[in-house]
Amino acid sequence: MEQTSAGDPVIEFSNVDYALPSGQPLLSGLNLQVQRGETLVLLGRSGSGKTTTLKLVNRLLIPSGGDVRVNGTPAAESDVIRLRRSIGYVIQEVGLFPHFTVERNIGLVPRLEGWTPERIHLRVEELLQLVGLGPQMASRYPHQLSGGQRQRVGVARALAADPAILLMDEPFGALDALTRDQLQREFLSLQQRLNKTVVFVTHDLREALRLASRIALVEAGHLVTVLSPEDFLRSSDPLAAAYVRAFADGLDSSANRGAS
Amino acid sequence: MNLLHFLLQNHDQVVELTLEHLWLVGISTLLAVVVGIPLGILSAHWPVWNKPVLGTANIIQTIPSLALFGFLLPVPWLGDRADRLAILALTLYALLPVIRNTYTGIRGVDPAVVEAGRGMGLTGRQLLFQVELPLALSVILSGVRVAVVVSVGLATIAAAIGAGGLGEFIFRGLAMVNNQLILAGAIPAAVLALSADFGLGWLEKRLRPQ
Repeated sequence: MEQTSAGDPVIEFSNVDYALPSGQPLLSGLNLQVQRGETLVLLGRSGSGKTTTLKLVNRLLIPSGGDVRVNGTPAAESDVIRLRRSIGYVIQEVGLFPHFTVERNIGLVPRLEGWTPERIHLRVEELLQLVGLGPQMASRYPHQLSGGQRQRVGVARALAADPAILLMDEPFGALDALTRDQLQREFLSLQQRLNKTVVFVTHDLREALRLASRIALVEAGHLVTVLSPEDFLRSSDPLAAAYVRAFADGLDSSANRGAS
Repeated sequence: MNLLHFLLQNHDQVVELTLEHLWLVGISTLLAVVVGIPLGILSAHWPVWNKPVLGTANIIQTIPSLALFGFLLPVPWLGDRADRLAILALTLYALLPVIRNTYTGIRGVDPAVVEAGRGMGLTGRQLLFQVELPLALSVILSGVRVAVVVSVGLATIAAAIGAGGLGEFIFRGLAMVNNQLILAGAIPAAVLALSADFGLGWLEKRLRPQ
């Protein structure tokens, strides 16, 4: 992969289209750049094209038009297996391998990359601590964990080979409010330490405001606008304003309920 | 003379026919596994192959066994030895449960697990051997179990074309109207089928993912 200077985007979408084999377009004319070390949140409702955008980065989907570059190299020209191993991937359903222990789940990519067992073992211990799990978790199986613990393992697994890029597809969407809140807080402190380039998909404005360096608002396959969280709250864009209004309504009604 | 007496008196022959029977079933199951699992993987990964593969295996299953033995008799090389022919016929019957369960097992793997694996950069081969097949194993094994149990029964008919096995006793008993002789073939065959069913069922349970 080419070396890039600090100012170059880590991920760059240029005029990207994606259509289903049936011809139905899911994404059209996407232009978007993700800078090194930022958390770009893709915000939108279900079916808006957020997840599609994410999967174009690690080539789980191939664009039908335009160009996706990762570290300056067109995704289409890079070795797809190398590319994916250099990108951490976390999904809402977690997708832990049910027949592997936590240790084997986390250590899978390092093992495929030929790390020695001792190095993998040390790395797993380090990662478990990083995501707030005790070392006794290493020998458990996924079905023995709670939802929050599973997602922590999912994050640890994505970080295993120390990728510079992290793709997160509604990672906290299936968790209860308290666990979600806690994991969001831990994500922030983790991100402060690790400084990864993160693309984060959510439909939750609250989550977006909390985690994002910038928010990219996606609707019906189009990128509406990209704003910092502060600008998003003040935006005159009708869709952004609608999100903020719905969010504020939710706060109001809960405040009212609290007062009555 | 009761049955037990007969079995004891002819134990050499009982053992010999049982071993023959096991050999017919064992070899044909092995062949069905070697051919059927790749075909099942093929139809699970490439839907185009699904209909032709499963359809063919289904049609074979509907051919009455005696007729299938008859059809294969004139085939050169194959028809030279009855056991070859019996093994091929038994293999053909065993294919359907093996293919179908491999297909079902692989299609039944949680899509999120497969997506995570692909997203992490597992190659197709790594995904197949480290994720899909291990997770489908208990389902595949249950197909093998069905195949074995059916084969043990079907293999008795192979005696009709002279392939040996416990069917010898049964056919001889039928010809001589001797119930004891029929039971001398039928009971060991039933014991074989039940122990295979139990043993493979136990293995299947142990391998089932949580």
